[in-house]
This record gives sequence, structure tokens and C-alpha cells, in this order.
Amino acid sequence: MIRAGGAMTARSRGGRSPAFEVERIRQDFPVLGEKIRGKPLVYLDNAATSQKPHVVIDTIRQFLSTYNSNVHRGVHQLSERATEAYEQARTRVQGFINAAESREIIFVRGTTEAINLVAQSYGRTHIGTGDEIVISAMEHHSNIVPWQILCEQTGAVLRVVPINDDGEMLLDEYVTLLTPRTRLVAVAHVSNALGTINPVREVIRLARRQGVPVLVDGAQAVPHLKVDVRELDCDFYAFSGHKVFGPTGIGVLYGRARLLEAMPPYQGGGDMIKSVTFAKTVYNDLPFKFEAGTPHIGGVIGLGAALDYLDGVGLDRVTAYEDELLVHATEALSAIPGVRIIGTAKEKASVVSFVVDGVHAHDIGTVLDHEGIAIRAGHHCAMPVMQRFGVPATARASLAFYNTREEVDALVRGIHKVIEMFV
Amino acid sequence: MSDLRELYQQLILDHSKKPRNFRTLEGANRTAEGHNPLCGDEITLYLQVEDDVIRGIGFQGSGCAISRASASMMTDSVKGKTRAEAQRLFERFHDLVTGETDEGGDPVDLGKLAVFSGVKEFPVRVKCAILSWHTLRAALEGKGETVSTE
Ligand SMILES: Cc1ncc(COP(=O)(O)O)c(C=O)c1O
Repeated sequence: MIRAGGAMTARSRGGRSPAFEVERIRQDFPVLGEKIRGKPLVYLDNAATSQKPHVVIDTIRQFLSTYNSNVHRGVHQLSERATEAYEQARTRVQGFINAAESREIIFVRGTTEAINLVAQSYGRTHIGTGDEIVISAMEHHSNIVPWQILCEQTGAVLRVVPINDDGEMLLDEYVTLLTPRTRLVAVAHVSNALGTINPVREVIRLARRQGVPVLVDGAQAVPHLKVDVRELDCDFYAFSGHKVFGPTGIGVLYGRARLLEAMPPYQGGGDMIKSVTFAKTVYNDLPFKFEAGTPHIGGVIGLGAALDYLDGVGLDRVTAYEDELLVHATEALSAIPGVRIIGTAKEKASVVSFVVDGVHAHDIGTVLDHEGIAIRAGHHCAMPVMQRFGVPATARASLAFYNTREEVDALVRGIHKVIEMFV
Repeated sequence: MSDLRELYQQLILDHSKKPRNFRTLEGANRTAEGHNPLCGDEITLYLQVEDDVIRGIGFQGSGCAISRASASMMTDSVKGKTRAEAQRLFERFHDLVTGETDEGGDPVDLGKLAVFSGVKEFPVRVKCAILSWHTLRAALEGKGETVSTE
């Protein structure tokens, strides 16, 4: 994350932190050795999904090849081992985001499912006609559409906090949108389209002052920043395993136990019940009440390994190193005539969205792909952000701690080729 | 860079920088809109059809180089054609960019449109190349709705 002006330039002159051995870290990620059309892969699409270290791949392989079985049901030894590993991963997640209790950690498919769970389970029981839900103008579609569905079902109203030209949330406007009808606030911790780090602590403090619960979409924050749900004092926090170097198909919903306990189940089925008769079914305790059916066991265990790995690298060092990369990328890209960065907030994670005069993002993506450089081109599932900035699409380079200055320089060379071709 | 030049042929770059028939059409009696959600390409097509023949054609919109060039060259190549001729051209063009060439098939001459043959090597760009053609068909069939490549 970049913090205010002066320090940023000073740091950018400092060069790479000697403590951060990126070349050694790259060895942990087998895909980074791949070639694309004979050129080394430059993977700058980490906000879409991140790459997986050996340890994650090996952990999943070991589960599948030595103790694969179902959880919470078998009396046999394999099932005991799988259940233990599964529940250990839950404790791992709890520690990683500093939740008070492991039963506050619900495994879901990803951020999208976590938000839908809260919208349907919490929303349908606590939000009614004329009530208001507050989101920001920089949300991912997955933090917009579930609330629109809820509004349709209940007659509630969606209120949107505007953003300024740098892509920063307008806190003054937010304050005026918090009314006695506000029942829930849902905001991104970090914007996937702009890179903005939102002042979520302040957002939460203001909402909770009047008793309004807050859901934080942490999909893009957890890979870059240390997250502490108790320090944030949020009520719900959602993130996806695949964006934090873990597998796809697994994600986490953290919820305050008091709220989760009072919420009805999201889905019904096996594992989420204590007893079933045709007359009456008794639901299971947390967290199982929200984990109907056989879960993604390998995914959960793999996610645990990913978080262990990230802890080993150290999130503080990750954040510091990525700051340097971001400063370098921002300076180098802004120096190219015709390139405009979309999203220039003071506090940013290592995401750079940009447009090139006279060239569509899709063409940028195709040309860069030919240089072995993977970026994202499009609306990034945030069409309202594109509308806000008056562009049909942007190109986006999103950096992880295994990216290097040299890779950023390759991107810059690629963009020069783009301009040569189309302008 | 060589196979990239197969996609972005000089003629395509030329049409994308200076699209032909890039205007709204006075006296249009058919219009249709097309949208490619993947990259945000948008096109509005205006047709003037008389006695089953496309007498006038124009388009507006924004999009990537492939979709702009394709729209530009499509408008050039269907002007003066009958509806059935335009439809056959669309089918041949579709085969060309998807790589589904059926050799024994219709011997319609694609002419300059053949420069889009490189698109078949770029599956994600097929939709860009074909958007204006889908929009043309919608306009000819008189469907008032927005066509989408999704
Ligand atoms: C900010 C943000 N929220 C939510 C999501 C949805 O995550 P998933 O597709 O893993 O459910 C994403 C993924 O792109 C995201 O960037």
C-alpha cells in the first residue's frame, strides 16, 4: 500500500528491499517457470487469481493420495485424519484473521458465496421494505448483485457511496447516507478495479456507532495486507482461497458468532443438522449449520497450507515489497505518453488499472500476451467503476510478491509495442 | 510478433484507425444494437433497405481494433447486396473466423474480408470480429433488440 506523497518518492529511490529474496520465493511457484510462446511467463493477473506454491499443490496431492475420505461422518481412521486436517485448517484461518473463535469461520465456495449467504440468511431476516443497504461505487459485481436481489425480494433500497476522481470513497457522503433506515453496510476492503484501500476501520466505526453491521469484501485485501477482524471490528468478512495462493472453489466467511447464531441456515442438507424427522429438524451448531453437504475438503486443507506459506513469507514484508513494486510500476507507466492510470488513491494495493489513448484494452491484452505478459483487460466485474471513469474497459496489471521490477519493465516495453502498433 | 501481424493485418489496422461508414444514417429504416460484454464493444448499425437491397449503411460505437475494423469492412462489403447475399457472406465470414471452413461449400467470394483469417488463431477475439455481423442480421431480421455475443 502506498501511504501519502513524500514518503512514497523517497522509498521509490531506495530500490528493492535487500531482505526480500524474490528470486528464491519464485522457486516456490512452479508455474512461474513456464514459457509462453518461447518467452518467460510474466504473470501480472494476480487480482483475477493467484499462483500456487509447491506446498499447496503437495498438501492437496497428499490428501488425495493418502487420506482422502469424507469428514465429520466416518468412524474409520481415514475419515478421522481428514476431519482433523479440515478442522485444523479452520483454526488456521481463525488465527490468520484473528477471529475470536473457530466456529466463526464458515467455509464457502468463495467471496461470492459468502456475500450471497449473508444477503439471504442475514438479509432476509433483518432487512425489510424501505430499509437501506449501503455499498460503495467501487464494488465488484459480487458485492452489488446479491444486494440487488435482496432488495427485489424485500423492498429494501440500495444506497451507493460515490467516489472521487482518484477512486477514493467520499466519507462525507457516506456519513449522510447512514440513516435510521440503514440496516447493513457492505464495502470492499481493497478495490479490484482501482486498487484503492478503503478506510474500512472508519467506515465500520461510523456504522457501528449507530448499531449498523458491516460486511467487508476482503477478496483483494487478504493477499496484500494483514487483516485482523477484531481490530477492524467488522461483523462479516469474506475472502476467496484462490486469490491468496490457495485453490479455487474454497473461500471463507467470517461472521461474529452472535450474529451467525441468530441467522437461519443458507442451504439445507447433510452435516448442517443435529436430527431430522418429518415433523421437525434441529439444526447443527456453528459453524456446521452453514456448511450443508460434503465440503471442498482438499480445498480447505490446501487453503490452510497457503495461509501457512503466506505467514512464513510474512505479510508485513509482502506489503512493503509490493509497495516498492507499485511505486515503480506507477512511475514507469505514467511516464509513457498516452497512458493514463485509472485509480490514483493515496492508499493503494499493488493493482494498476490503465488506459492507453486510442487503443482498446482488449488489443493491449492481446499484444502483451504475445510477449508472454498476462494482464486483465475488460471491466473487471465492476461495470459501474468503468461508467464512473467514462471508459469501456481498462487494462489491469495486478502484482503479487513474487513479481519483480524486471517484470514491470517488461510490461512497459510491451506497452511501447502496443503504441507502436496502434497509434 | 509475426503471428500477431496475422491478426492485426495492415488493412485491419487501417480500418480500425479510419473506419468507413462511421456515421448515423439519415433515412435509415432499420437499426440494431450489438454489445460484446467481454470487452465492452458496442455498435449501433443503421440500414436503409429498399426492395430487399441494402442501399445505405452506417455504424456508430466503440470497441477494440478488431471489432471496429470488422464493422467498417462489413459495411463496405454488404452495401448494394440483397438480404440473402448478405446472409451468405455472414455465413462464410463466420466459418472463416471460427476456422470451420467447409471446403465444398458455398463459393461466395469473401474478397478483402479474407484478411480476418488470422482471427481463428485467437479464439477469444472471434466475438469481436463477429459482433457487427450479428448486429447486421438482427437489423435485417428487424428484431428491435440488442444482440449480445454472450
Ligand atoms: C473485490 C472482489 N470481490 C469479490 C470477488 C469475487 O470473488 P470470487 O469470484 O472468488 O467469488 C472478487 C474477484 O474477482 C473481487 O476482486
